[in-house]
Amino acid sequence: MASYREIAVNGLWKNNPGLVQLLGLCPLLGVSNSMVNALGMGIATALVLAASNAAVALVRNQVTDAVRLPVFVMIIAALTTCIELLMQAFTYELYQILGIFIPLITTNCIILGRAEAFAAKNSVLHASFDGLMMGAGFGLVMLAIGTVRELLGTGAILGNMHLLFGPIAAHWQLTLFSDYSGFLLAILPPGAFLVLGLLIALKNVLDERAAERAKATAAAPAPATSRRVRVTGVIE
Amino acid sequence: MALPRITSPHAKGNNRTQRVMLLVAAACAPGALALTWLFGIGTLVNLVWASLVAVAVEAAILAVRRRPLAFFLKDGSALVTAVLLALALPPYAPWWLTLVAVGFAIIFGKQLYGGLGQNPFNPAMLGYVVVLISFPIPMTSWPAPHSVGVWEGLQHIFGLASLPDGWSQATALDSLKVNKSLTMDELWAQNPAFGQFGGKAVEWVNLAFLLGGLFLIHKKIISWHAPLGMLGALFVMSLIFWNGSGSDSNGSPLFHLLTGATMLGAFFIVTDPVSGATSNLGRVIFGAGVGILVYLIRTWGGYPDGVAFAVLLMNLAAPTIDYYTRPRTYGHRKAERGFKLGE
Repeated sequence: MASYREIAVNGLWKNNPGLVQLLGLCPLLGVSNSMVNALGMGIATALVLAASNAAVALVRNQVTDAVRLPVFVMIIAALTTCIELLMQAFTYELYQILGIFIPLITTNCIILGRAEAFAAKNSVLHASFDGLMMGAGFGLVMLAIGTVRELLGTGAILGNMHLLFGPIAAHWQLTLFSDYSGFLLAILPPGAFLVLGLLIALKNVLDERAAERAKATAAAPAPATSRRVRVTGVIE
Repeated sequence: MALPRITSPHAKGNNRTQRVMLLVAAACAPGALALTWLFGIGTLVNLVWASLVAVAVEAAILAVRRRPLAFFLKDGSALVTAVLLALALPPYAPWWLTLVAVGFAIIFGKQLYGGLGQNPFNPAMLGYVVVLISFPIPMTSWPAPHSVGVWEGLQHIFGLASLPDGWSQATALDSLKVNKSLTMDELWAQNPAFGQFGGKAVEWVNLAFLLGGLFLIHKKIISWHAPLGMLGALFVMSLIFWNGSGSDSNGSPLFHLLTGATMLGAFFIVTDPVSGATSNLGRVIFGAGVGILVYLIRTWGGYPDGVAFAVLLMNLAAPTIDYYTRPRTYGHRKAERGFKLGE
């Protein structure tokens, strides 16, 4: 059983859903064109993930292997509907902007992936913490992409934050470059791919540096290579 | 007796990368001169500034990638990318626009894929499309011929002062696209700057690029296949869909051959040995694909000219074209073509 520290490191960095597992690319690339969209989507996904992990861990001993997938999907769909209704009630404009991507949280492979890989085998506390950390890792990557894209695209950050935080956030917008022509490509879909690629490259460079430093201090055992096809690092 | 170890190829041409690149850059001279004659100093400023940026960016990224600087800088490929981009961009594009286009072309178009020879897309066209999509207003501001002075042009490029309103003018392709009510004769009478038969005096620019291209073919730097494919397909398409010179005209074949970036594309872009098809038949098909796409985009697409988009789309198709156009190898009765199971 993994310690809470390991779960946190896994979700936020080592096994990050956005940068390493490359899961949930559809919302990650689709609605990360501004900080507020990215943050809203990230929080919604993280909440569904934490709640679904907890629920799956609760019922894991009652659900047989044969029916586990439909049951997990039903749980996830129910929780997604809750989030959808909550967003309709409290952040209606943002709900309209994110549109189809909110119901699509149901089919986000991170959520079913974590339910299968972690929540179905671990206790409720561990599972919900794992969901929270995986969701936070995903949300942070999304926020980073959203920040870069909004900055390059409009020359400002934190725009339209009142959609998420209410009238108090109406004047949060920080214009970093005034008289900026706007690099439209960053807001268009290719910008999402480019920024995600650069973030993955940055993570790999940081990991390489860290590994070199670790190697300098002590000879570490070689990591087992992953058998999954689509990964950008080693999943332990 | 010690025999020297000799390996093939035994007959060597003198087409080193550097010589090829410098000849290509030199062959752009007639086009660059024609642009300068028509639009003033802007093109020359673009050329110098783009070349400086290209060399600086190439050196920087080579240093980051820990590659030998002098060896790769000497091959002149960054220079050719810069020259082609500078000729494609509007003459009075602001300095940062050229910076973004050249920087993107070198870093994302070429070096991130592994440098010269590894890039799946034509770097110059990639840079052009990035700025075309990102900054539509400066990218569509072409000056009217003989309208911008040297000093005011320089001030405009480097952002010190703007040119007076109305310095830019719709190109012939623009006008053709938005024109709903005028017949061709009326449209041309309204815009004397559109020239005799091409578009907006750009016919002379195109003829100058044609001259440079013929020089490259004469020097055997490029083969005639890809340009013929592109110009032929464009000619056939514009002939088939030529609907006279009424107000809904798609433009005559001669107009399409001598306007926009047709000749620059045909002789300097689709002949790129890296991102294009390899075999002679493949080059004809590649060029024809570009020609057809250019016509489709010009006539029914959202942009007035489509050479850059057409080239990028065909770059994607180049590996497939190569698979199906492999030439017969010596000793085999038939050419091996297409995908094979287990390959």
